[in-house]
Formats: sequence, C-alpha cells, structure tokens
Amino acid sequence: MTERNEQERIGVYVCHCGTNIAGTVDVEDVAQWAAGRLKHRGVVVARDYKFMCSSLGQEMIEKDIQELGLTRVVVAACSPHLHEQTFRTACQRAGLNPYLCELVSIREQCSWVHTDRLAATAKAKAIVSGGVERVLYHEPLEPLRVPIHPATLVVGGGIAGIQAALEIADSGFPVYLVEREPSIGGHMAQFDKTFPTLDCAACILTPKMVSVGSHPNITLLTWSEVTKVDGYVGNFTVTVRKKARYVNTELCTGCGVCQEKCPKKIVDEVFEAGLGYRKAIYTPFPQAVPKWPVIDRENCTYFQKGTCKACEKFCPTGAIDFNQEDEFITLEVGNIILATGYDLFDPRRIPQFGYGRLANVFTSLEFERMSNSAGPTGGRIVLRDGVTEPKSVGIIHCVGSRDRNYNNYCSNICCMQSLKFAHLVKERTGATVYNFYIDIRAGFKDYDEFYQRVLEEGILLIRGRVAEVTDAVRLAGEEGKLIIQVEDTLIGQQRRIPVDMVILSCGLEPRRDAKEVAKLFGISCSANGWFIERHPKLDPVATMTEGIFIAGACQGPKDIPASVAQGAAAAARVLGRIQQREIAMEPIRASINADKCSGCRICNNLCPFNAITFHEDRMVSEINPALCQGCGTCVAACPAGAIRGTAFSNEQVLAQIEGLLLLNVDGGRAETVVPEAVAT
Amino acid sequence: MTDRFEPLIIGFTCNWCSYRAADLAGTSRLKYPPNIRLIRLMCSGRLDPTFVLKALSSGADGVLITGCHPGECHYIEQNYKALRRYLLLRRTLAQMGIEPERVKLVWASAAEGARLAEEIIKMVEEIRALGPLNWPAADGGRGTGDGKYPASVIHPPSEEEVTA
Amino acid sequence: MKYLLYPGCSMERFSRPYKDSLLAICQHIGLELEEVDDWNCCGATEYIAVSLLPAYSLIARNLALAQQQASSGPDYHRAGDGRNSRGGAYTLIAPCSACYLNLSKTDHYMGESPILNEKVNQALAAGGLHYTPGTVEIRHLLDIIVNEIGLEAVRKAVVRPLTGLRVAPYYGCMTPRPDYKKRWSNPEYPTELDRLLKALGAEVVDFPLKTHCCGGHMTQISPPVAYELIRRLVHAAAQYGADLLATICPMCQLNLDVYQGEMNRYFDTTYRMPILFFTQLMGVAYGLELKALGLGQELVDARPALAKIGVEMPAAEAAPARRPRKKEGLPMPRMPGEEEMSHD
Repeated sequence: MTERNEQERIGVYVCHCGTNIAGTVDVEDVAQWAAGRLKHRGVVVARDYKFMCSSLGQEMIEKDIQELGLTRVVVAACSPHLHEQTFRTACQRAGLNPYLCELVSIREQCSWVHTDRLAATAKAKAIVSGGVERVLYHEPLEPLRVPIHPATLVVGGGIAGIQAALEIADSGFPVYLVEREPSIGGHMAQFDKTFPTLDCAACILTPKMVSVGSHPNITLLTWSEVTKVDGYVGNFTVTVRKKARYVNTELCTGCGVCQEKCPKKIVDEVFEAGLGYRKAIYTPFPQAVPKWPVIDRENCTYFQKGTCKACEKFCPTGAIDFNQEDEFITLEVGNIILATGYDLFDPRRIPQFGYGRLANVFTSLEFERMSNSAGPTGGRIVLRDGVTEPKSVGIIHCVGSRDRNYNNYCSNICCMQSLKFAHLVKERTGATVYNFYIDIRAGFKDYDEFYQRVLEEGILLIRGRVAEVTDAVRLAGEEGKLIIQVEDTLIGQQRRIPVDMVILSCGLEPRRDAKEVAKLFGISCSANGWFIERHPKLDPVATMTEGIFIAGACQGPKDIPASVAQGAAAAARVLGRIQQREIAMEPIRASINADKCSGCRICNNLCPFNAITFHEDRMVSEINPALCQGCGTCVAACPAGAIRGTAFSNEQVLAQIEGLLLLNVDGGRAETVVPEAVAT
Repeated sequence: MTDRFEPLIIGFTCNWCSYRAADLAGTSRLKYPPNIRLIRLMCSGRLDPTFVLKALSSGADGVLITGCHPGECHYIEQNYKALRRYLLLRRTLAQMGIEPERVKLVWASAAEGARLAEEIIKMVEEIRALGPLNWPAADGGRGTGDGKYPASVIHPPSEEEVTA
Repeated sequence: MKYLLYPGCSMERFSRPYKDSLLAICQHIGLELEEVDDWNCCGATEYIAVSLLPAYSLIARNLALAQQQASSGPDYHRAGDGRNSRGGAYTLIAPCSACYLNLSKTDHYMGESPILNEKVNQALAAGGLHYTPGTVEIRHLLDIIVNEIGLEAVRKAVVRPLTGLRVAPYYGCMTPRPDYKKRWSNPEYPTELDRLLKALGAEVVDFPLKTHCCGGHMTQISPPVAYELIRRLVHAAAQYGADLLATICPMCQLNLDVYQGEMNRYFDTTYRMPILFFTQLMGVAYGLELKALGLGQELVDARPALAKIGVEMPAAEAAPARRPRKKEGLPMPRMPGEEEMSHD
C-alpha cells in the first residue's frame, strides 16, 4: 500500500494567497520542508508563490511540468471547490493529465481556522504530505463522453412547462410535452386576473397554449402520464401511458355537442375546484388545448351501467370510441424537464377556520373560479347560495403557511393573491373587505405599487393571526354572519369581526405524489417535499441527477414570472447540452473488476441511481458508468474489494491518511504535532 | 507550550455538505484547534471502516466522520449506509478494546460551519481526556512492525519497504 | 382484563350520576373496572395553584398506588394490549377531566424533570411508596370506550336508539388539551364523543364550541366571567338546535347545569338546556332503568328532551324527609350563617 513510486516526479506549490495563508502559515518553510523531507517520496521541486491561481502562478506550474518533466502536481492553497478546475486546466495545457493534479486546502482548513503560527505551519506540512502521498496513486483519467439525443421531454403542461417547451421547440428541436390532465394550462388557466397587472390569466395564457398545440416541433401528450424512466443523461428511454380518451382524435372536431348532450353532471373537483360542474364527457374549459374531450369512466353511465351512449349518438363525426384502450408509448429523449407544479393546502386540516362546515368559507382556488367570468357564477361574487352578494368579506392570509403545525415556509404568492382578491371584491361588490395578515410580502417588480393602490381603494388590513371563524353568536349583531375572531396586534386587542364571506388564502404544497414522481425520475425531494435543486442560489433549475431539470412551482412556491423564468432557464440549459451534441461527465465513478466479483450482490441495492446491474449468466455485477454518480458507497461495501472508485480509490485515501500522519517521514509526527499556544 | 497530550484526529468529510461546512468555518474565520486533519470524500457513504481502522492504527487518536444530514444526502440516501457502518464499527472497536468514543459521527449541512467547528473543539477535548491510543505502542504509531505486531493490522501483508 | 379506575371526588358526590351510570353500562360494553385502593383527592385546579411540590406529590400518590395495585396481579390492562410480557404501562382510567389532566401532567412532568421526580419520590417514600414516571398510562374514560372497547361494542348494546334526539357533544377544555400522548383526533375539534353519540343513534349537532371553557372554578372566583362563558355555550347549543348537551366532565356538568339558573338570572335569559353525562345517554340507549343512571337529579330537567324520543321518566319523588339532628347531649352553640345540613 505504501509503496514508493521511484518514477514519479512531484511538484509541490504552496500559495501565500497574499496574507490569507502567509499571514498565519510560514509558507516558505512549508515549501522548503516539502522539498527536503518529502524528497524521498518523489518531490523534485517545491515552490511558494504569492498567488498560485494567477496566470503567473499557473505558468510556473506549466513551466515546471515541461522543463522538469513533472508527473504529478500538488498545490497547497485554497479550497478545491474554488480552484481545482483552475489548476487542472493549467496542467492540461502543459500536457499533463488534469486528474494527476491535487489541490489541498491550507487556507480554509488551516490558516483561517488556527491562530498559532507554529501549529498552523506544522499542520500545513502534514496536509501537504497527505496530498503528496495521495497523488502518488492518482491515475490519468478521461472524462466520459456521452452523446446527447436532441429530443426533450417536458413533464407538466403548466406555464413553466409551456414556456420551456416553446423555447426548445422554437430553437428547432423536438419536444414531448406530457400532461396529466385533458388539457394543458395548469393552475394558471383557473385564475381570473393575475397580479400586479390584473391581466386576465386566460388572455395571456391561451396564445401560448395555442402555440404549443400547433407547434410542429412539439408532440403534445395530454391525458398521459410517465410510467417508467430508464437510461441516463443524453439517452433516456421514457415510457408514457396515454390514457384512453374514448374519443377518436382523428375524427373529433371539438364541436362540443357531446358535452351538451351528456346527461351526467358531476362536481368538477379539479378545474372548478369543487365549485362548479362538468359532464362525464368533458373538456375542462372552453379554451382547452387540445380541444378533444375525454370520458370520465367512473362517472359515465355507459361504463357504469351499460346504457346511455348519448355522446355517440349525437357526435356528427362518429368520433366516440368506447373500446379505446390505454396506449403505452416509448420515447427516446436526451434531457427531461419536470414542471409538475403544486397542490393547494387542504384547509380542512385547520378545523377552526370552518372550511367544509361553514358554507361561506371559500378557498383561494374556489374564489378564483368564482371571480372568473367563465366560471360557475359567471364572474359574480356571491355566497354559497349562488345568489346573494356579500356585504363584507374577510380574507385570511397564511392558511397553512408560516405555521409550525402545518407548513413552516412562506408560500410566496398568497399576500399578493389576497390583495388581488381584495381589489376584485371591492371592485365588483363594493363590500367591506378585511385582510388578516402577518406580514405583507410584496417583493417583486410592481408588487409594492399594487399594494399601495389596493390600500388606497379602502381595504382594511388587520395584522394578526385569525383564531377561528365561527357562526356561534356571542354578541348582538352577529346573527347570520361568520365571525372572525382575531387578535389585532397593532392595537393590542381581541376583535370579533362579523363578515358574510371568508376567503382562505391557502398555502402551496408540493403535489401529493411528488415523492413518487421524484423516485421515478431519480431525483430527490427536500424535507418539505419540493424537488431539490442542485444549488439553491446558483443553480435552481438543475438537479443532482444529470439530464433532469426542474422548473416552476415544483421546485418551490413561486409566482408566474418566476415560473416562466425558470422554464426558460431550464430550456436554455437543455439547448446548451443539445448544441454540444455530447456531454463530458466527471470521471469520478466506480467500476467492478469482474474477476474479483463473487456475485454476492451486496452492492446492487446500495446504489440510489440504479447504476448496478447483475448479470445472471455470468453471476457478476456491473456498473453503468454513465449512471454512476461516484458516491463510492459500493466501493466501501464490497467485501471482496472488487469495486474500484476512481479519484477516490482505497489506495488514495489510505495513502492520504498515512501522509497526514506523517508515517513515511522519520520523526515527522513530532514535527507536525505542535499544540496551539493560544487557546482557540 | 505545554507538554500535555496533543491528540491527533483524522476527519472524513463529504464533498457536498460537511466539507463545505468546514470551508464555511474557514471563510467565517472561526477557530478550532489544529489537532484535526480533514480528508475529503465524495460522500460519507464512501467511508470504508478500513479507513477508520487505518487511521487509528497509524497514529491517530480519534476519527471524526461527517456527512450530510439524513434525508439531505447529495446521493440521496448514502449517508444512511454510513450511519449503519458507523454503528457496527463502534461495536467492533469496543470488542477490540478501543474506546468507541474515539470515533464520532456528526451530521453537518453546508450551512453549519459554526456547528462543525464547535463539534471539532468538543471532540479534541474529549479525545484529550481519553488519552493517546498508542496502537500499536511501538514505533511512534507507525505500525510498520518491529516484529511484535504484524506489518499492518488490516491490510493483507504485502512487500513493504521500511522507508529511511 | 380489568381497568384500574380513579373516580375522583366529584364522582362520589355531586356527580354521583356519572359514576352510577358508568357502573351501570360497564357490563353492557364489556368494561371491567376496579377502583384504586385508598385513592386520594387529586387537588383539582386549586392545589397546584397554591404549592407545586405537595400538589404533585398528592397526585403522584395515586399513581404509585395504581402501579402497586396493578402489578399485584396479571389481569390488569396494559398499554399495547400487554401481550408483551415485559408489558407496557398499566392503564388508569380517569373519567373526570381535572383528575385526568392532573394525573397526566404529573406523570409527564416527573418524566421530564429529574428534580421533580426525585423530590416527589422523596415525599412518597415517607408513605412507603414510589412512583416511576411512565409506568402508569392515564387515559380518559371516553378515550378508552371509543378506542379500546370500540364503537362496535357500544353500538351492539343499543336497544333503544336515540333517533331524533339532537345532542351537542361537549368535551370541555381540559381533556383534549394539552395532548401529551396524542390521543385525541384534534385538540380543537375532536370527534370521539361525536362518533360515540352517533353510534348510539343520536343526531349529533356540529357544535362549534365543543372544546370551549365552561369557566371552571371562576364560578367561585369571578362569577360574571363564568356566567358569560356558560351563556356562550348554552346559547350556541340553543342556536344550533340541540335538545341537550352531552358532557364528559363533572365540572362542566356542574357549571352548565347547576349554574344555568344563576346565569339566566344574571343575563335575564330563559335558557333551559339540559346537561347530561354521556354515560347517562349510553344507559338510556341501552334501555337501562333511568333512576339507576342518576337521571332526574339534574337541575335543568332533562325530561322534556328525553320525552321527545319517547323516554318516560318516573315522576320526581318527594324529597326524603330530613332526619332530625341527634338531640343527645348538650346543644352546640350556633355559628353565624349556619344552615340546616341534612345528613346522609
């Protein structure tokens, strides 16, 4: 294990980093020590320099590689997360394989966290020694090149998915857009007006929907779900189940007669949020894309009882086909964008607000449908009886959000949405409007101006969490009303405010099946259930799995502009990949030596990326290098030592341990264990 | 300078969370004793118990294993594997006569630089109180054998040069 | 399988109907009860307000006695069905909400605070007792009937369903909160009593104030506050068209029933809302003799409500003649404000 490689010629470079390192670590001493005390390990040159990452610093390394025939390079400087790539590229320029270079941190891990010069210098020496021992076992590696299939799969036909699909399709590449519902449009299609411009949601959405529907590069698969995903970045094989519409789409003209004639009327829980009705054969809304209806098997009289068939009788083109079956199709794509959106928090979990018990308590989506002119009330704002206009309305913010009992996080859009509701109620009914809030979050462009405007319209804002909504009368004047009991924190008093109608601004939650979907695609969910991005600040649309991107509310609650931006961002990333035709994957991955593999299969279940397959015929396991992400768990688990992990092999780590403990330097331990004179 | 015992601790960090936490401790200029030396792995799941035994038999007095919090592993669930191994390892160490407290597992997310620094400070004192491990006693902890102990306790014996 | 019972002082005296009806329905639902030997008062809400350590010690004595009694034999119900020979904690049923809360609190706090545990056990040691927190599991009677006995058993024994009787379930505030062991479906809107009443065939009113406070001892400390709280409850029950209120706590029953008249006088209202114990309603549904259930003793007569579903109550008996004071010996001096007290 600790064999000496006479042949290796190692260059050690210790960076001053100005005074960041040199201020605490005696860098010249470290370089000299390395040159002298590590000579027998292969160090032929050890230099120190003010800023190794500068072009002069890099040139120094390149010169030494060429002139001194260095075969390994160790740089002792800042964190590999910052400059590993820099030094690797420098080596590559000089003709040395970039993976033969190791950057060890003596800044974040040494000079910045210790105060005693002697102790820090001693530790830096040990760190350099660790790097030297390790680098002896580095191997030249080549990044894995994988071709990228030009087609893309977008899952979810909401605004984020639509945006992503259009961007990619407009650039000339094929897109498959898979949507679970009969029509694309997502939640945005349910809204009435959008803040802050009060644009009609359908008016700005439908042109995009139509573009998607008629785009030559987009294959629209609605009323469909992804059931299986195989493969890896650039080469995914996706199985999609096209649910039977029971309508022949070649013949259907979208005339709508079937819907008119269908005798079965049921409550539409999805699009109308339970406030309106649809038929058993239906398109969710008139501007649906595609325009073909679907038959809801569970509520269709024909499927349940064998009678009716009114739609078939009246269809002018004979497009109804009760014998249709689900179809499974396989798609080959290079990248996948998930834009699956959100679900609304179920306010029945908070019985104090009375939703479900008290008739005139509505959720935000119910109110959107109510105020939508194409909705069940034709845009009139009325109580649950469908007739009476409210004279006073209470809008409760943060229902199920910012609440330790339910969801800790802020749902981002509810404040603006509540102000929008307040405006709409005021405009259409002239009712007295109360908003019950914790904070008003109006952070984006033109949002605060909208807030000011709504304030001037005369809505009443009460800062306080609502304790309960009740109809139990306590005082005179409360009969027949809903009473909102709240602590008005700004005046320091409890108040009972009688209103006719209550709107609950429910929080946004991840889709109920988000975890299953994540598992299907091989990504993960955060503690709150949203899909996890690669980096919350610097990389919000990529995931840890190469080739899978996320966009829109499935990544976290956000408004329409942000969803659109993310959809476009994800599309841009995908387009970049497609343009490059192939992708270079970091060669940090594991491989199984089939000769040593005993077929015990312990490794098979350890891989979260399903990269290990077992060959029954040869009784050995094999790792797919493109799927392997290089975590190394299988390497550690193999009892036969048959799995090798490049870049973090057993030999490398064990050597680094020896180096850090100065095993190969006589008396090294004593030199490098110096206590801090000053207490930390 | 005191001549009190200065423990040597090897720390294993995972590239995504705890190594970044250590970096954060550095950028925040937090201070901890120099008795610890960190090794970067891609994932805490990479941790082979051999590494721990190697460290202890090569002169380290303690080993700190760090990784992402359960549920937040970059590779989804590998830190659970690390946890399993760690628990078994502790029991094995106890049977070998090594205080299980010498090996510690700490979860630290990339944002918990301060917490990691605190844990390191705590551990240094804990190991200091336990005293030197001295495994094996000969050769300043080199373990390359003077005949009393096999050349390497964990690796299969190999041809080894005793370096000058 | 026996359950240990801690009746509490109220059930022995002014809430005697609660105990009577409970004992009467036991065999019909297969509930076997055994009272804790030599139990003492739990101190209700007063003692804790006065002095913590003696209060907790007083309560812990009951826990120690219960634990001792249960470990003396194999037949006592344990948490987790007791199938595991190492077993769970012994179950102690407390039908009174204040007793339930006190016992639960003490067990919980002794588990959380080693200092309290030590001091209380020191006090108990003086009486030759010891209590290890967590060895007795305190559960409310309603919880046991709904979750252990099961609503099927409750339903099976019904011979005279309470069809047409609109009952407002009232839990009171001390039972559903704080819910240390997460026994109740929701701390603000529990459904256990609702479901039980439904199983009896009654029409359950969706009473929004079902866990609102009845005022407790405020009737003694600050009556107007208590009257207002009582008024709210009775008014809401009336607003929702309930025929009667079913309660699970003796204090609540006392406040809402006995002080209803006071409340009416104070607010100049004429509410007549009968307040019964849920065990009494169970007894009615099981066709048991009404006097045995303690019906007829409540101040706001429940007869009209029960008559609605065809339950005839016997005419109120004439109050028993007061026995004269023993006239032996020398007469005692008269104390100011003393009234004639009848002896039992």
